[in-house]
Amino acid sequence: MSEQIEQRGPQLSRRGLLRAGVLAGGGLALTASLPMVARAAVTGAGAAVQPATLNAYVTIGADNIITIAAKNPEVGQGIKTMLPMLIAEEMDADWDMVRIEQAEFNPAKYGMQLAGGSFSTPMNWIPMRQVGAATRAMLVQAAALRWGVPVAGLKAEKGKIVEISSGRSLSFGDVAADAALVPVPDLASVPLKADKDFTIIGRSIAGIDSQRIVEGKPIFGVDTMLPGMRYAAFERAPIFGAKLVSANLDAARAVPGVEDVFVLEGGDNPELLVDGVAIIAKNWWIANKAREQLEIEWDGGQWASHSTAGYDAKAQELFGQAPTSDIAVSGDVDAAFAAAAKVVEADYSYPFLAHVPMEPQNCTSLLREDGVMEMWAPTQMPQAGHGGVCQQLGLAPEKVVVHITRMGGGFGRRLTNDFMVQSAAIAAKKPGVPIQLIWSRQDDLRSDFYRPGGYHRLRAALDESGKLTGFDGHFVTFSTGGKVNFNAAMGGKEFPIHFLDNLRYRQSAIDTRVPMGSLRAPQSNALSFVQQSFLDEVAREQGRDLPALMLELLASRDEFPEENGFLGKQPGFSPKRATAVIEKALQMGGWEGRTDGNRRAKGFGFYFSHLGYFAEVVEASVDARGQVSVHNVWAAGDVGRHIINPFGAMNQVEGAIIDGIGQALALAVQIESGAVVQSNFHDYPIPRIPATPQIEVEFIKSDNDPTGLGEPALPPVIPALTNAIFAATGKRIRSLPIDKAQLV
Amino acid sequence: MAYQVRINGELRELDVPEDMPLLWAIRNEIGLLGTKFGCGMGLCGACTVHVDGVAQRSCSLPVGSIGTAEVTTIEGLGDTEIGRALQQVWVEEDVMQCGYCQAGQLMNASALLKRNPAPNARQIDAAMSGNICRCACYTRIRDAIAQVADKGAKANV
Repeated sequence: MSEQIEQRGPQLSRRGLLRAGVLAGGGLALTASLPMVARAAVTGAGAAVQPATLNAYVTIGADNIITIAAKNPEVGQGIKTMLPMLIAEEMDADWDMVRIEQAEFNPAKYGMQLAGGSFSTPMNWIPMRQVGAATRAMLVQAAALRWGVPVAGLKAEKGKIVEISSGRSLSFGDVAADAALVPVPDLASVPLKADKDFTIIGRSIAGIDSQRIVEGKPIFGVDTMLPGMRYAAFERAPIFGAKLVSANLDAARAVPGVEDVFVLEGGDNPELLVDGVAIIAKNWWIANKAREQLEIEWDGGQWASHSTAGYDAKAQELFGQAPTSDIAVSGDVDAAFAAAAKVVEADYSYPFLAHVPMEPQNCTSLLREDGVMEMWAPTQMPQAGHGGVCQQLGLAPEKVVVHITRMGGGFGRRLTNDFMVQSAAIAAKKPGVPIQLIWSRQDDLRSDFYRPGGYHRLRAALDESGKLTGFDGHFVTFSTGGKVNFNAAMGGKEFPIHFLDNLRYRQSAIDTRVPMGSLRAPQSNALSFVQQSFLDEVAREQGRDLPALMLELLASRDEFPEENGFLGKQPGFSPKRATAVIEKALQMGGWEGRTDGNRRAKGFGFYFSHLGYFAEVVEASVDARGQVSVHNVWAAGDVGRHIINPFGAMNQVEGAIIDGIGQALALAVQIESGAVVQSNFHDYPIPRIPATPQIEVEFIKSDNDPTGLGEPALPPVIPALTNAIFAATGKRIRSLPIDKAQLV
Repeated sequence: MAYQVRINGELRELDVPEDMPLLWAIRNEIGLLGTKFGCGMGLCGACTVHVDGVAQRSCSLPVGSIGTAEVTTIEGLGDTEIGRALQQVWVEEDVMQCGYCQAGQLMNASALLKRNPAPNARQIDAAMSGNICRCACYTRIRDAIAQVADKGAKANV
C-alpha cells in the first residue's frame, strides 16, 4: 500500500516555509527567506547529508542529485519535463542528475499553476530561466567563498563550478549547503545564458514519468489509494438544469456492498454542485452499478424541451432577423454589396463537442479531523477548483489542501472543476473517510462543459475584377442567461477583420443550459473551419486558390503593434510570420503540383491562435461510398526561436492534427430532450490508429520568444481537410462533422 | 463469492460478486493500479490485460469467468523479453503524451508480437485499432512496435 501512496502525502515541510512573491507579469520572485530549519540543518552536523534547498524550485543533495519542482499540472502536454529543463539549462546542470517533482498547489509560492491556453511556455520562458540563473549564481558565489577567490574567475559547467585559471572544480553537491545561505540575487537582473550556449534547451528529452508509466506505476489522479478509502458514484440529472424532486434510495441501499446512499442538494451553477445522489461502496463498480436501483424524479423544467434540432431551427430564425450585437464593423458594407459584381454566400455550422480525456473525471477527498479538506485532484486549474470547493462548502482557503496529480488528458475539460466540488461535497458527509469519486464514461460525456456549437451566415462582395471588396457575417452563437460564454464568443480580430476596408461581423445568441467550456484551441477550433473554408470559396470564385488569396491579404497590412493580452504585453499578429509558414507549408506539401478531382486532392488551411502560426496542407481521398481517408498532412509552424523539447513539440503537433481530423470526420454532441444523446466511444468515435495519416512537421524559428504548442496546430487542419474534400469531389463541406452521404 | 485468481504469477484471494469485472477487482480489491478504466464497455482498450497470454478487456471480463487462467497485468509486462523491449522503446521514442492509455497499448502490442513477431504496418494497425489514444500518439505507437518487431526479426535471423 505504501508504494501506491508514495509522493502523494503532504510534503510541505522541506520547502514549505520558503516564500516567493508573484510579480505583476505573472512571473515569480524568489525571496531570500530561508527556512530556519534548513539553516540549522545546513550549518549543523547533518550538513553533509541533508539536501540543501536553494529556493522554491531547486534542492541539491550532497550526492549531486538536483531535485527541481515542476510548478504546473501535467496533463500530457509535457510541461513537467519542459519547465525544469529551463531551470536546469540556466543552472548549467547535468541533466542526468536532475530529478523532477510535481510542485504542490501553492499559488503564494508558485504563482499561477495552470495547464491551459498554451500559456505555460510564454509565461515561464523567462521566469524559469531566471530561477535557474539565480541558482547558478548562488552556487558560484558559494564556491568563491569556499576558495576565497573572486566570482569573476569561476564558471558553472555541467553540474560543477570550475575555476577557469586552475581548472579545479567543486560539484554542485559540494557547495549546495553553503549556497543555500547565500542571498538570492535579483531575478530581474541576473544574467541569462546566450542562446548559442544552450545545451538542454533544444534537446529531445523523453517525458520524465515515462518509465513509471510503462511499468504501470500509480501516478494518475485515479490511482490515488489511501488507507480505508471508499469509492463514490454520483447520479445527476440527465437534463441540464434539472432539479431533484424526490428520490427513493431504499433499493440502492439494499445492494450488497453499498455502504451509504444520500442526496446532495446543489444549485444552478454547473461548475459547482448540482442536485444528485451519491452512492458509497468499497468497490467503485458496486457503487456505480447500484445507480440502476435509484428511483429519482427530476424536474427538467423549460430545458427539457431543448434539442439540437431546435437549436438548428432557432438559428435559421435568427438569421432572418437583425443581429443583436456587433463584433466588428468597418467601412460601408452595404455600399460594397450594392456595388458588387458578384456575391458569394454560404451558411456554415458546427456542433457541440465533448473532451473525453482517457482518464474519466475523478477526485479523492478526505475531510480530516482538523477540519481540513485534503484533496488529490487531476485538475488543469487547481486554483479554480480550490476556490470552488471553498465556495461550495463555505470553507476558509487554508481549510482546503489540494495535491496536484498527473492527469490522463484534459483538453480543457479539467479547467472546470465540478468533479472536485462534487468529491469534496461527498467527502464532507463522511468525515475521516477518504472518498474517491469516479465518473463513468457516460457521466463524462453527458456532464461535460462542451465546445459550443455555432452557425455563421457569410457573404462576400467581389468587384468586376474579382477583388474582395466587402464581407458581411452573422454569427449565431450560444448564451447562458443572456451572457455569451467566452468559448462561444468571437474576438474582434478574427481574420479577415482588419484586412478588409468594408467588413461587418455581427452576432445573435440562443440561450441554453448546456454547459460550455474550453476545448483545445477554444473558439479557434471552430472558427478556423468557417473562416478558411469560406475564404477558399471566395478564392475559387476569383479563379485562384486560398493560399494566393491569403498571401495577398496578408501582404496588404503591416505588422500589428504589441498588445495587452492574458500574458500582459504580447506581440501583435504578424503578417510576415503568417506568410512565412504559409509559403513553407506549400513547399512541403508540393502545392504547385497538386491537382483537383479524381477524388484525391490537397487542401490548405492557415490559422493563428495562442500566439502560434500554423499552415497545413492535407491530402485526402473520398471513395465511392463517401468514406474520407486522410493520407498526408504537411504542417509548418512558427512558435518562436526555440523548440524547447522537440520530442514534446512533435507529439503536440501530431496529436493536435489527428484530434482535428477526428473532430471534422466524426464527432458531434447532440441534445435531445435537454440531455446529451452520446454516451461512450461507440457513438463518440475518437480517432483510432488506422485513420492516422503520414504527418510531416517543420518549424520556422523566427526571432521571437517561444510560445505554446498545445493548441495552435489544431485549427488549420480542419479547413485544410474540408478544402481538400472540395478539391477532390467538388462538394463543399459547410457543416461539421462531415456528412458522408453528401460525398457519394 | 470467494475466488482465487492467479495474477502476475501470484495467487490472489478475492471475495467479490461473480459478475464484477476483473478490472475493478484488480484495481479496487487487489490495489494493482496500472490497469486503467477508460470506458467500461470494451471500446477503448485502456484496461487490456493478458488472460493466458491473450489480450482481453478486463472491464468486460467477469471475475467468475477467469477460473484457473493466468492473468498478466502491466505490472507483469517486464517479466517477458517482448514486454521489456516494448517498454524500452516506448520510453526512448517518447511514445506517450498523457500516458493513461499506454498500459493497454503495451499489453495489446505485446500480445500482438507474441503471436506475430514481425507484423507489417497493416497488421499493426489492425491489431491496435481497439486501443484509443485520446492524445493520438499513433504515429509513435506504430513506429515503436515496428522497431521492436524489427529487432526481433533480426535477432531470429
